[in-house]
Amino acid sequence: MKGLAENYVNYGAIEAKLLPLGDSAVTVQLGETICRQTHDRVRQLAEHLERHRFPGMIEYVPAFLSVTVYFEPFKALGGLGNRTAADWADPDSNADPTGNADPTGSTNPLGLVADWLGEQLAKLENAAQTTPRVTEIPVCYGGELGPDLPEVAEAHGLSEQEVIEIHASADYLVYMLGFAPGFAYLGGLPQRIATPRRQTPRLSIPAGTVGIAGDQTGVYPIATPGGWQLIGKTPEPLFLPDATPPTLLRAGDIVRFRPISREEFDRREAARG
Amino acid sequence: MSMIMVKPGLLTTVQDLGRHGSQQFGVIVGGAMDAFALRIANLLVGNDERAAGLEITMLGPEIYFAEPALISVCGGDLSPQLNDRALPLWKTVVAPEGSVLRFGRARRGCRAYLAVAGGVDAPIKMNSRSTYLRAGIGGWEGRALQKGDRLPIGAASPASRALASLLADEAQADGVAFSRWSVAPDLLPSYAANPEVRAVAGQELALFQEESAERFFADAFKVRTDSDRMGYRLSGDGDGLRLKEKRELVSSAVTFGTVQVPPDGQPIALMADRQTTGGYPKIAQVASVDLPLLAQTNLGGTVRFRRVSLQEAQRLYLVRENGIRTLRSGLERMQASGNGRV
Repeated sequence: MKGLAENYVNYGAIEAKLLPLGDSAVTVQLGETICRQTHDRVRQLAEHLERHRFPGMIEYVPAFLSVTVYFEPFKALGGLGNRTAADWADPDSNADPTGNADPTGSTNPLGLVADWLGEQLAKLENAAQTTPRVTEIPVCYGGELGPDLPEVAEAHGLSEQEVIEIHASADYLVYMLGFAPGFAYLGGLPQRIATPRRQTPRLSIPAGTVGIAGDQTGVYPIATPGGWQLIGKTPEPLFLPDATPPTLLRAGDIVRFRPISREEFDRREAARG
Repeated sequence: MSMIMVKPGLLTTVQDLGRHGSQQFGVIVGGAMDAFALRIANLLVGNDERAAGLEITMLGPEIYFAEPALISVCGGDLSPQLNDRALPLWKTVVAPEGSVLRFGRARRGCRAYLAVAGGVDAPIKMNSRSTYLRAGIGGWEGRALQKGDRLPIGAASPASRALASLLADEAQADGVAFSRWSVAPDLLPSYAANPEVRAVAGQELALFQEESAERFFADAFKVRTDSDRMGYRLSGDGDGLRLKEKRELVSSAVTFGTVQVPPDGQPIALMADRQTTGGYPKIAQVASVDLPLLAQTNLGGTVRFRRVSLQEAQRLYLVRENGIRTLRSGLERMQASGNGRV
């Protein structure tokens, strides 16, 4: 029973700090810098939470260094604390005899959830590592679909074809999804083609456009304004509101981009209707 | 059963309690800005509190009921009128066949919630009927309601039918009936044009200069006109809020009521259509019980944040939820006894 902690605490083999995000969520911070090891911990915890839930748990959001768990406090209190909210909410009740229980204690929803999360973290050391899914994304590079490809090539003294080959040669890791539905934060862009954002953002970038911004690369799942360097476009939808899950990519996936011709792009787009 | 939008109003959307479970895929939660008001409106017409209703913003719509309907309007007071008679908020109301619901000027708050027995039967997308305007999905064709939209209403529950029959005795000559029962006043949020909103320390509060942190919990902040369902952009009188030292944070989850501070030092309170993750330092988190106060603050209004402990925020939440449960069991007892006096 370690409760909420502003500093790192050992939970079995794992170090973490448990930070409240208001009165209805807890962030489990698993590291300080973006790296493979912390990412693996994040995936481990997320996969564990996919299978194990506590009463009142709503959902979880994995990020680069953390997993945030959302819950409904009333149900968590009843389910984890075996208490009704009525006796807790009454300051004179036995539930909190001191009348000044601190929020890191286990007499309130946040404390109970933190205790439960701590127990789950301690179980993670034996969790089996899963093999990542590999998702291939076909991309038609350059031309009107990737108008900034010439600029990116020129900035690095490369030919357009070389930029395409470098971009499509790497294995990218999906660290997290966020910003827009199905938008994947990818790690692994070769430094040789890292390119700063454009001076002036575009007002609208079509869904499916593949871009570079600094040492990031990614695909815009829905039309949005943006300042990335646009190098191509995929005919594959990344956001699938009628599917479960509603996205092509998931955190932990390995992504490979495969260059396709304009003819193949048009054929695939037409096939999608 | 359906209702017809004669005039759409400024921004009228189908909302429920939000699209939970897909944030890990970058899909926003959305849902009612003032979830308390929508929940109560649903309970008052015998719906599950998660049913879909209409969120009505500022300038209200005109709605025609071709068939009789059991309705409730809760939340901000946008001067609702049923068949040209003032419609009281936080009550159960019978709208007879051919009724017209209109709205007038905003007297208090800026969002009203209309629940109809049976709920708005919009298609479910990813566990929710909420409108996600930016992605164009959910709600009614993924958009705000337009003139001529005919919204289907689901089948009324036994609870709805019991409430309707309790109201039969109250019907006036034109068939309109208002319940004698209403919501206990001490359960209602104290909506105000310039509210004081309780908030707890944010995850990065300690990164701010002490003077900035103090100022955040003392100054009044104006709600800028470029605020929307995604975020309330706030501006204070003095200089912007500053960090002790400049630093880049790694993006992590944010939630309804997270107050983050971008480099210009002017805070943004994230609302129903917030992004799932953010990278700006989080200075505070609005207590869940006071989210309705923030959601009902109109553009141009001011907000003050009063710091409370996490312990207090949790206690307030549980007290409010307990009150909602008491209301629900009161309504259930009434339905069972067939006695409309509470």
